[in-house]
Parts: sequence; C-alpha cells; structure tokens
Amino acid sequence: MPAVNETIETVDRISGGGYKFGFETNIEMEFAPKGLNEDIVRLISAKKGEPEWLLEWRLKAYRAWLSMEDPAWARIHHPRIDYQDLHYYAAPKKPAPKSLDEVDPELLAMYEKLGIPLNERAALAGIAVDAVFDSVSVATTFRDTLAKAGVIFCSISEAVREHPELVRKYLGSVVPAGDNYYAALNSAVFSDGSFVFVPKGVRCPMELSTYFRINARNTGQFERTLIVAEAGASVSYLEGCTAPMRDENQLHAAVVELVALDEATIKYSTVQNWYPGDAEGRGGIYNFVTKRGACRGRNSKISWTQVETGSAITWKYPSCILQGEGATGEFYSVAVTNNFQQADTGTKMIHLAPNTTSTIVSKGISAGRSNNTYRGLVRIMPRAMNARNFTQCDSLLIGDRCGAHTVPYIESRNRTAKVEHEATTSKIADDQLFYCRARGLSEEDAVGLLVNGFCRDVLKELPMEFAVEAQKLLAVSLEGSVG
Amino acid sequence: MLEIKGLTATIDGKEILRGIDLTVPEGEIHAIMGPNGAGKSTLSYVLSGREGYEVTGGSVTYNGADLLAMEPEERAAAGVFLAFQYPVELPGVGNANFIRTALNAIRRARGEAELDAVQFLKEARAAVTALKMPDDMLKRNVNVGFSGGEKKRNEVLQMALLKPTLALLDETDSGLDIDALKIVAEGVNALRGPAFSALVITHYQRLLDHIVPDRVHVLAAGKIVRSGGPELALELEANGYAGLEAA
Ligand SMILES: Nc1ncnc2c1ncn2[C@@H]1O[C@H](COP(=O)(O)OP(=O)(O)O)[C@@H](O)[C@H]1O
Ligand SMILES: [Mg+2]
Repeated sequence: MPAVNETIETVDRISGGGYKFGFETNIEMEFAPKGLNEDIVRLISAKKGEPEWLLEWRLKAYRAWLSMEDPAWARIHHPRIDYQDLHYYAAPKKPAPKSLDEVDPELLAMYEKLGIPLNERAALAGIAVDAVFDSVSVATTFRDTLAKAGVIFCSISEAVREHPELVRKYLGSVVPAGDNYYAALNSAVFSDGSFVFVPKGVRCPMELSTYFRINARNTGQFERTLIVAEAGASVSYLEGCTAPMRDENQLHAAVVELVALDEATIKYSTVQNWYPGDAEGRGGIYNFVTKRGACRGRNSKISWTQVETGSAITWKYPSCILQGEGATGEFYSVAVTNNFQQADTGTKMIHLAPNTTSTIVSKGISAGRSNNTYRGLVRIMPRAMNARNFTQCDSLLIGDRCGAHTVPYIESRNRTAKVEHEATTSKIADDQLFYCRARGLSEEDAVGLLVNGFCRDVLKELPMEFAVEAQKLLAVSLEGSVG
Repeated sequence: MLEIKGLTATIDGKEILRGIDLTVPEGEIHAIMGPNGAGKSTLSYVLSGREGYEVTGGSVTYNGADLLAMEPEERAAAGVFLAFQYPVELPGVGNANFIRTALNAIRRARGEAELDAVQFLKEARAAVTALKMPDDMLKRNVNVGFSGGEKKRNEVLQMALLKPTLALLDETDSGLDIDALKIVAEGVNALRGPAFSALVITHYQRLLDHIVPDRVHVLAAGKIVRSGGPELALELEANGYAGLEAA
C-alpha cells in the first residue's frame, strides 16, 4: 500500500502535471533491428538461449500469424500498424543480474522513483515483486519465502531454463499459438513475463505482483504470463503498470494463460494505466491483450478483476473456460475512457461442464469524446447441466460527446442453464454534482466520489493495496472531464 | 452576518426573485414562509450557488465576503450549508464516507488538519445517537432507499457533523411526524450560538414552536412582502397567505 501512494506522488512530482505517470529513464538499450521475419524470431530465441522445441513453437506461431488478418470486429479505429517498423527485441545491455547488487543503479533509481517495493519496502508491503523492465526481468524478490512454500515465481525465460517440463506442458495450452492475430504475434516474439507455479495443496503465502514498464521507443512489448495452480492450490496475482510519455503509438500485445486444477483458485487483478494519449488523441498505447483461464479441475475457480484506465486503445477479453464440474469463473471490470480513448473490452465465459457458474460485473465509464464498448459472450454447451451465469453491465456517461455500447452475446445449448443479464446506462446528474459541491467537494472530487460509487462492486474485489491505487487512478483519469 | 440586497434572479430567462432585501445578523435564526412557487427554494439555491440560477442584480455578502462570486464548494468552506428540500441519492457512495470526504474538503480549504477515519466515526456515531437515528444510517448509501423522513434527517445529520455557521433549511420539516420534527429542531438548536445563523424555510408554524425564530419573513412572488416577530407565523397559520401576494 505505501508503495502505491508513493508511486503516485513521486511520479506526479517528476512529471510536473500532465500525464502523471510519464517519464523515461536513460538506460542504454540493445536493439534488434526493426522489422519481423523468421531471423528475428530465431534471434530472440537464441538471445534467450531457448531449447529447440520453443524455437519451433515460436516459428509455428510466426507462420500462423503471417496467414492471419488483424480482427476488424471490435469498435476501435486506428491507423494501420506497420509491423515492420517496430523493434521486437530490446533489453538492458548487461546480462540478467543474479542479485540486486548486479542491477543497473539507474534502473533501481527508477524503481525507487516509482515506489516499487523492491527491498525492505517489499517486505513491509508483504508483496513479492518480479519487476519487468522492457524485455528482461532484472530482479525478483522473495524467491526464498516462496521457494520454501514450494511456489515458483520467476520470469518466463528463467522458467524455460529451470523448469522446461512445466513450461512445455502448459505454455500455449490455454491460448494456442495461433489463437488470434495478436496472440500469434506474441507467441512468435514474446520477450518475457512471469511464470507462477503453485504446487498441489499450497496456498501461496503472499500476493504476487509484477510491474510492467514499457520503456524503449518503438519497441513492441510482448509479455507472456503463465500461472498454474495445481489441485487445491491458490494464488492471487496483481499486475499493474505505468508507462512513460511519448508521441508515437506503441503496440502492446500480451498473453496471459491461467490453469486451475481441482479445487484450485487463481485470482488475477490488473490495474492498467498506460499512457492514453494526449487530450487531442495523439499518441498512447495500443493494448491488444489475450487473457484466458482454464478451470480444468472440479470446483476450480478463476477470478479476473481489472481496472482499465489507460491506453489509447484497449482490446481485451479476459475469459474463463469452465471445463471442470462445479467450476466458477468471475470477471469484474472497470473500464474508463476519456478524451479520445477507445476501449472494447469484456469477457467470455464458456461453460463446458455441469454445475459451472460464472459472474460478470462490468462498469464502463465514458467521458470526453471516448468510446467504451462492453463485449461479452456467455456460451453454455450441451453438457453444462445447471450452468448459471449472472451478468451485470452498467455504463456511466460523463458529458454528451462520448459513447457507451453494450454487446452481450448469449448462446445457451442446455435448457437447464440459467442466464441472467442486467444492463443500465446512467449519467452523472447535475443535481448529484451540485449536492456534493454544496457539501464542500470540488467538482472533480465529486466526480471521483460518484465514479468510485458506481464502481464499488468491482473495486471491492481488488486486493486492498490495489483498491486504493485504483480509486486514485479513476479520479486522475477523469480529470478535466467535467466543467 | 448575511446581507441580501436587491437580489434578482432568473431561471431560463424567467424572473423568479424580484428584489429581495434581507439581513440575518450573526446568532439569529430567521424563518421564511410563503406559498408554493414563491421562490423560497430558488433563494436557497442562489445562496448556495447552483448552476442555472442566474443572478441578474443585487448583492449577497456573508461576513463581508461576496457570496455570489464564490463556487458552491467555497461557500461550503465559508460555513454555508443547504439542507435540500429534495435530498439527492448518491448510489454506491457510503454515507459516512461522503460526510467525511466533505468535512475534510472543508477543513483542507480552511487550512485545517484532516480528520482521520477513527476520529470521524466516533463523532459521527455520537451524532447519530444524539439525533435518535438508526445505527445503519452511516453505512447506507447516501439517501439511497431512504424514506422521505430519513432523507430529511440525513440532512440534519450532515449539518450536525459539518457544523456550518449559516444553515439554509429548505422545508426540512415537510413530511415529518412530530417526533422527527423535534429531532430536526434539536439538531438546529444544538448549533445555536453567537456565531451561528440560519434561514429556516417552512410552511408550518409547528416547527417554529421548537426552533423559535428571531424574525419571520413572508416571501411571495419573488419578494419579501412582510416581516415580523415570531407572532407573524401564528397569524399566517390562522389566516393563510391570502392577499399577501398582491402586496
Ligand atoms: N428549474 C426550473 N425551471 C423553470 N422554472 C422553475 C425551475 N425551478 C423553479 N421554477 C419556478 O420558479 C418558481 C419558484 O420556485 P421555487 O423556488 O421552487 O418555489 P418554492 O420553493 O417557494 O415553492 C416557480 O414558479 C417554479 O415553477
Ligand atoms: Mg421549495
């Protein structure tokens, strides 16, 4: 929690207003040449010293990607992305350090500015941090505590080296290499990301947290995360990110795969606050993410909670495949768009087994000239006797130049299934604003309070330390949206 | 001291306040009575700075400061509190959180230290008890699902905790049974003191049995048409407003 507040204050101070989380550090980068071809894929794999099977897997994904088109169905508009004009590999020059002493001091200084709890602060906050700087993981803390519990938490590159059998077993098992355009791209060129393995019967002793930063100009960022919870295991993973200010649009195409076996629980929380572009809609991150969890075991549970305030474009549908009998999928989402931001986000709940349950709570907030779309699919397959879904989908409009759209798809192929869908659209009313102001709140604080009230059902799902950050982010990202 | 001079105001170009002159010295409570549509709520909104109420003439000062030049939240920080005739619902916003956020915004504006959650809750619980309100009043969302009477009492609770020096009560007694009315009156009387003044808008003499006003004014068709002591309220109760509007 302290880290979170410090992060906001510190960055606020450095950036001197405007985008509160934007600044760059000066670390020499080693770039692969621009462009994408099989040689680049081979280079990435070679740089990481990967085994042959993984190179083959990447190449297969690359070839699949070549034959695919980027999806056109989402309600987002952007200039064509020139994939040959991007770098696909960038990393700090030195080899990955083994301890904090080996970490580039400038990098550590940046983390300190950000308030990321790497050392004692991490201990105080009780969070293990696997900090990702561009492509290579530079430091991982609390490995020992976790190791004692039998939990593996490391970068995915390290996992490939140290636990190849686990990676090979699960990588691509939820999001296949050729799943969709962006997932295929990610599979071909993924740089790094996190790997979590919680063995049978183990409750992970702490919240796991990763801070991603995008830092190299023109560098696509392709994170790959894989979390496996064996039978009876449980883990809560927090992902949060801020990005430096820049002019060009930046591509980000991450893949997150979750696997929950019998009675296992995975809670995955995200606060996404990447640079959204300026008030005129220039710049900002293009965020095309594939997140999917497989509830493979009986009574397994996967819960996605996301607070999406950043990025110029968000294309993201964290989903659950409910394969195990009695499995539970949850999706709690707050998506805020302001100025010219575009978000097309939602979830898919695929009910394959009997007695599976899913809950969807989506809160979309649109301000400025932004467009915010909820797109959700609830699919009940014939075998899914007594499946249940409840969907609550609320939109809040601030001003009258923004758009909110709700696109729910419901496909039920089992008559015993029960699917409920509720949707509302509301505005922040003038009398609500005046009521707050008459009590002494500024207009912006009033909007913040009302928006937080609107999002309460989602925010309460976040771990405490994120809930605080999320509340502030909501207010920050809606600054200038009224009056 | 609140000084209103020659105040005129329009809504959508329609003149609603047509030259109000009214002075409320520090420590005094004045009642405003008058028929429906006279402009009583409009006056309370103009005094608290609601958008859409355009002041076309006159002046309002509070303790020497130009009230009309201030934003609504600045007026709140200056000690002005409006108990709304129709309190507004704020879904998802907890009552305690709302009042504490407001209180701390006011304290910040005044350069005072913020109250922490524990301190605040102690005060808030005491106020809830003193006003004989149900315990869950603080936990519920602001005015959401409140009965009419609960909404009015919630206004009084907010007033008790924000401790204004100028309270504008717009028909806070309407729709209340006699017990609730006494509670509202106690809430106002508890704030009474040399630095506290209030404008109490009401239709009913019975409230004024419990909050004894220093002066009573009759507002009709956008003007103060009569002023007097507490006995004026009794007279109005007996004779109604007939004939006053023409005055
Ligand atoms: N928002 C509004 N738009 C147009 N006319 C209004 C509005 N609010 C009040 N009025 C008019 O202003 C006059 C005074 O209203 P109000 O101040 O509410 O009276 P009171 O509180 O004394 O009953 C009435 O004629 C009413 O119809
Ligand atoms: Mg009225």
